[in-house]
Order: sequence, then C-alpha cells, then structure tokens
Amino acid sequence: MKSRTIKVDYLARVEGEGSLYVKIRGDELVDVKLKIFEPPRLFEAFLRGRRYSEAPDITARICGICPIAYQMSAVHAMEDAFGVKVEGPLRDLRRLIYCGEWIESHALHVYMLHAPDFLGFPDAIHLAKEHPRIVQRGLQLKKAGNEIVSVLGGREIHPINVCVGGFYRVPTRSELAPLAERLKWARDAALETVKWVAQFPFPDFEQDYIFVSLQHPDEYPFNEGRLVSNRGLNISVHDYDDNFVEEHVAHSNALHSVLKSGEAYFMGPMARYNLNFDRLSPVAKEAALEAGLGPQCRNPFRSIIVRSIEILHACDEALRLIERYEQPDQPSVPIHPHAARGYACTEAPRGTLYHRYRIDESGTIRDAKIVPPTSQNQKRIEQDLWQYIPSHLHESHDQLRWQCEQAIRNYDPCISCATHFLKLDLERE
Amino acid sequence: MEKEQKPQVLIIGVGNLYRGDDAAGLLAVRQLKEMRLDSSVIMEHSGEGASLLEKWKNADAVIVIDAVDSGSALGAIHRIEPTEKPLPTGMFHTSTHAFSLPDAIELARALNELPPRLLVFGIEARNFQAGSEMSPEVRDAIQKVAKMVADEATALQTALK
Repeated sequence: MKSRTIKVDYLARVEGEGSLYVKIRGDELVDVKLKIFEPPRLFEAFLRGRRYSEAPDITARICGICPIAYQMSAVHAMEDAFGVKVEGPLRDLRRLIYCGEWIESHALHVYMLHAPDFLGFPDAIHLAKEHPRIVQRGLQLKKAGNEIVSVLGGREIHPINVCVGGFYRVPTRSELAPLAERLKWARDAALETVKWVAQFPFPDFEQDYIFVSLQHPDEYPFNEGRLVSNRGLNISVHDYDDNFVEEHVAHSNALHSVLKSGEAYFMGPMARYNLNFDRLSPVAKEAALEAGLGPQCRNPFRSIIVRSIEILHACDEALRLIERYEQPDQPSVPIHPHAARGYACTEAPRGTLYHRYRIDESGTIRDAKIVPPTSQNQKRIEQDLWQYIPSHLHESHDQLRWQCEQAIRNYDPCISCATHFLKLDLERE
Repeated sequence: MEKEQKPQVLIIGVGNLYRGDDAAGLLAVRQLKEMRLDSSVIMEHSGEGASLLEKWKNADAVIVIDAVDSGSALGAIHRIEPTEKPLPTGMFHTSTHAFSLPDAIELARALNELPPRLLVFGIEARNFQAGSEMSPEVRDAIQKVAKMVADEATALQTALK
C-alpha cells in the first residue's frame, strides 16, 4: 500500500518546543505522537529539603507565562497543610492577581498565537500589517493584565510578592485606582474581542469530551472548589491522586495524565466554561450567548471564543474586586508549620494545576508533586488529531499540516510547563 | 522635572540565566550596570516579544543584547540595525517563547512602532542546555560587547540631544 510522509520540523506559536509526529499509510492514519523530548526539569526533586515558604517562588519559575498559577497552587496547598484559611480582602487580592494572569495569557494566545490560524495569516506580524488596530487592541489588553500582575506581584515577570498566608505587602486603595481605569477600557476591548473572534470560520468538529475543572459554589473558578467533570466526577482536591494517574509514554518526557479508567480528559477554558457557565459574570454570559455559543461547546476550535469570554469575565471580575477592596490591617495571616500534607488545585489559564506537598515538623518540604495542565491535556490533544485527520486526508499537505498545528493550538499548550521545547513531524509514507 | 532630563538610551539584555550561553544578554547588561552609565536605562528581560514591544514603545533609542545561533564562530559578535531591514531569519532560535525578539521587531515594524534608533547585538552561542555552563568564548564576548554597547549608548545619547 502506498504510504505518505509529511514532515513539519517546527511547531510555531506554542509556548516552548517539542514535536508532533503524524504518519499516514494510504488512506489510513497509523500514528500520532505529541513528542516532548526536552529533559525533565526535576522541580519536584529540588523542592525537597526547602522551606515550605519557598515553594511559591521556586515553582513560579516553572513558567514565565503563568507564574501566578504556580504561586497560587503552592500557597493554597501549604495553607491546606497547616489548616489556614485566607479570607476577605486577601482572598480578593489573590483572585485579582489571577485575573491579571488570565487576561495577559489569554490575550497573547487569542491575538498573537491563535487568531492568525483562522484568518489565513502565517503569524501575528502579517495580521498586524493588515489589521494594525486589532493587533494594537490585543497588545493593550495584554498590558492591562500585565499591570495587575506588576502592581500586586511586585514585578511583571517572575512576581515576588505572593507568600503563604497572603502577600508580603498589600496595595492601598489608591494604588489600585489606575488599574480600574485601564480595566474599564479593557472590558470594552474584551467584548469587542468576543465579537471579532465569533465570526471566524470554524471547522465542523465536535467530540464527546470528558471536561474536568474546579467548581466553586458561586464563583467562576480560580483558586478554590471541588474537582468535577461532566461524567459525574465530584471530588475534593485531596482525592486527586485516587482519581488521576500519571503514566510514562516512551515518546514524551512529560508524563501523560489520565483518569483511573484510562480515559483522556480536557482541561482549560473549554472545560471551565462547560462546567461553570452559570457562574460567569452577567456581561460575559450575555456576550457568550450573543456570540452564538450556548452553555455547552464541544468544538475545540471555538476555544478562541471561550478564551475571549474568559478575558471579558476576568476584566469584569477584576473591576468588581477593586471596587470593593479595603486595605487589610495585615498583609498576611500567621503560619505555624507542623508535619502535614497539603493539596491544592487552582485554575491556570490553560487548566487545572495540581500541587501536593508533604511537610515535616520543622516546616521542610519532604515530598512534592506537581501536575501542570499541559501534561494533562497531552493525551487529549493526540486523540483530537486521531479524530480530525482521517476525515481531512484529501487536504493538501500544507493545509493538513496547518490544521494539525491549529488543532494543537486549541489547547494553548505550554510545553515549558510540561517540560520544555516542541517540534512537528507530519509524515505521509 | 523629569522631562528636563537628558534623553536616555534603553539597553535591554535578553536571555535565560539557567540555559548556558543563553545568559549572554543578561550578563552583558549586568556588566553595563557596573559601569554606571548615566546615558542609559538598563533592563533585564526574558525575551517575551509582546512585553518587549511594550518596554521600548516610547523610547528614542534602544539597544538589545541577545544570544544568537547563526553558524558563525562561537563568541562572534554581530551588530545589526533592524531599522534598516529584518533580522536574518533563523538566527534567534534561542527563545522558547511563542513570541520572541525577532517577532517583536517585525511586529513593531508592521505597527509603525519601531524605536527611531534600534540596535541589536548578537553574541554567537552554541550551548542552550538547561543547567549547563557558559562557553568561555561567550564569556569573553560578553566583556567586549559590554564595552561596545557602552560606547554606542554614549554616541546615541549625544545624537539625541
């Protein structure tokens, strides 16, 4: 039988590098491998022997795009271990800084990385030549997110102001005021973004996904909640390890994560949206409906709309948090470490980020486990390609390659988190 | 008032401190900081393109220092003026960011937001492995580049006055 080989050496517009290998024999798809070949970075190993208080700053270095997610999962896991609850304005500030990270990360992905796929541009530079004002809007939107992270985190990249129990320093009300001004503009810009991406052409592709995300009784999830799925999973994050299994596959240095049943699952904006539509802010909900999205969405290519709706929600939520903010007397609640285990999941822009720590009586970390969202989505990405490619074999080589990359970008993978680095081989023998 | 100050040159060192030769840009600007140039504002940066664009947005003159991999001899120094033409492709494959320095320059050009004066110093590097040591040739080049950039910054500032 005649076989075809398509090779793509470098997968662009994802964070980090790795490769995709696709092999087609005749009219049959015979292999799909998302390969992550960068050596593991061993963060879990070098957390051992460090103080509990160092975990937020050490793990933040796993990712330059979503450091807040790492800091948040780390502090919540430590507070879970020591039986501390952070409430009131400190809790609000955590939600606010998370809004900043979502806005920043999502705006970068929607405008610079994903939109060019839908409009037939090879990259954001070509998009900017044709539509400079739109790209400007994307950059300004991203900046609005950056500013929140800078003000609350102490600096834009690798923020250093988050600690177990709260913050090292909290802002005054007047320090937050300029953020609100920009966020009002950003909320309008986010609404424009939803309208813009809603009219992109979308491939007809729906899957019966298992969506997994946090769910909070009355908030769209950032920092807290139970881990739920659309198949009846509803667990405390303490039971994460009993329900999810990490397995090593030969072609990837990032562990694949699956449900105990062996099934792949889908995390990130699509999962959050499908499981928490009711908890979106009214303006975001309305925009979603106007964009033609119902409370359920199973076409991963439409994730660009969902991501834009989350930008809108984050802008609106950030404004609400700033409006009601009263500076607390203390920037953090006291921590008394003791021997304990702590668990946390928070919602990174790309999906649920799990941290687990075992601490000894002196407050030293004895064991750590970190499961980033991209490694959890890895298997689901491969399964999308297994489903998508067979009905598109008639497409030209370049077209099919492009669509494969686009399908991967639906997940906004952060390979830097999963380990690092992505290259792409699409083979037709 | 601040507006009365002399115009300054923005010097940005790009890289990753934990990836061998990739730290070149960062170490070069640390040298420059020690020289205490009054002509310049010095900044270390991860190289994430959208943020770079923001940093140099209103600057009159910008110098960026980064590690490059173009096939020249290890430690070779490239002086590039991207205001004239795009950066040679394939040279800056050192960033793991989805949107990197050359992207930022081309995006700025497309948006008509290139700084009026922009210089890129590339230090030829080979070893980008996480946790590895820096090549001695790159260490030597960092010293030279720091001096070259200091001279350029002074000249640029004079030209701006």
